[in-house]
Amino acid sequence: MTYLHSIGEYFIMIKDAFVKPTKGKVLRDLIFKEVDDLIIGSLGIVAFISFFVGGVVAIQTALNLNNPLLPKSLIGFAARQSVILEFAPTFISVIMAGKVGSFITSSIGTMRVTEQIDALEVMGINSINYLVFPKIVAMMIYPFVIGIAMFLGIIGAYTAAVYGGFAPSEAFLSGMQEDFKPFQVFYAFFKTYLFAFLLATIPAYHGYFMKGGALEVGKASTSSFVWTAVAIIIVNFIVTQLLLS
Amino acid sequence: MIEVKEIRKGFGDVEVLKGFSTTFQKGQTNLIIGQSGSGKTVFLKTMLGLHKPDSGQIIYDGTPYSNLDEEDQRDLREQIGMVFQGSALFDSMTVEENIAFPLKMFTKMKKSERIERANVVIDRVNLENANHKLPSEISGGMQKRVAIARAIVNNPKYLFCDEPNSGLDPNTATIIDNLIREITIEYDITTIINTHDMNSVMEIGDHIVYLQKGHLAWEGDKTQIFKTDNEDVTNFVYSSNLFKMVREAQLSKNSI
Repeated sequence: MTYLHSIGEYFIMIKDAFVKPTKGKVLRDLIFKEVDDLIIGSLGIVAFISFFVGGVVAIQTALNLNNPLLPKSLIGFAARQSVILEFAPTFISVIMAGKVGSFITSSIGTMRVTEQIDALEVMGINSINYLVFPKIVAMMIYPFVIGIAMFLGIIGAYTAAVYGGFAPSEAFLSGMQEDFKPFQVFYAFFKTYLFAFLLATIPAYHGYFMKGGALEVGKASTSSFVWTAVAIIIVNFIVTQLLLS
Repeated sequence: MIEVKEIRKGFGDVEVLKGFSTTFQKGQTNLIIGQSGSGKTVFLKTMLGLHKPDSGQIIYDGTPYSNLDEEDQRDLREQIGMVFQGSALFDSMTVEENIAFPLKMFTKMKKSERIERANVVIDRVNLENANHKLPSEISGGMQKRVAIARAIVNNPKYLFCDEPNSGLDPNTATIIDNLIREITIEYDITTIINTHDMNSVMEIGDHIVYLQKGHLAWEGDKTQIFKTDNEDVTNFVYSSNLFKMVREAQLSKNSI
């Protein structure tokens, strides 16, 4: 029953995020601030992880190609497929559930604990719209981050494969272009949009409806990460079934 | 003026406010006192519209709150200033931005006009050299002044304060109490303060409501509270050693 109640509360929160909007000029400033906090602030870690994990994917693939009949171009092919289909959209989103998600939960949760949300409500402001809506809008730029992750992941794979002596440049590049289906890029960005929505709303829910003090803010951040990651994995499974199988 | 009529509010099986009526007059400092768990905070939040009463009415200058639609309730809330127990200042904003926030949300003032108005109330609450500091960079007493300044910046008709001097030293607490009282008279607003600080009662208690277990057990002013026969009120008032000593001194003086 508790789970059903929470799910209902979550959907009501989403509805309330879109009603009784905050003044346009204020909302615009809030959206820019969220873009800075959630998107720009994540670029460094996303770039770092993408480059090195892309490299590891290439090395792992190369080390497992023991059969001399298998072409070296397979390294480029495997790197492209794994980075574009799963690593960039899904793996990075799970990492972002930790970075962005815990930031959202703890910042809103602290506002709850210190009565700042009550202060907004007393002033007649729709606090859910004020706090959650700018995050949803800002996270709509999130696929841009995933685009960068895809690019850097493949660059990392190329660097590791070519400069590590696992495959010649021509073989890697031809493997990368082999059997390329643009629909797979659409699939990756489509699910990224869904993940972006989950990344903005599930942590916001955990922060907004938390009760207690500083200790509970920490607990809410943890459970927000767990539930966001679970939701991302489930949605990933469903979207993959619907679009690719 | 705010009228409270037979207000009741419960959570699950527990009835917190058990049906009472009172009136809070304009231009007075109205104090709600009572022990912890007596229903003070629930009463305050119910008056503010943060809790919906189970029955009864809160009437703001002749207009029952429950009769207002959502839009009108929001308009009414714009006329309410609130000072929270922990000040509830927005961490990410400077003192000046915190104070100008209600103006930014509810008026069409230009930025320069908002800053000008914010500085008027900053001067009024005697805040010095804090305009560009963050709330975390100023003392608890200064945070309370910022909270008061934010509450009055939009010229509210009603001012609510929840434990405005909790966590402050006695001297600063008295300054904050007096500031609230001066503002109440100067702006001619209806001020309601939730407190269990007897010093506040002695300083600014124009009208005092004593709550006990969700009932209104007594009401009067600061002179009457020390003469009442109500045993519960007497026990509450004289629970402090200081007040016990004052009372004993008074009794011995009377007997001479």
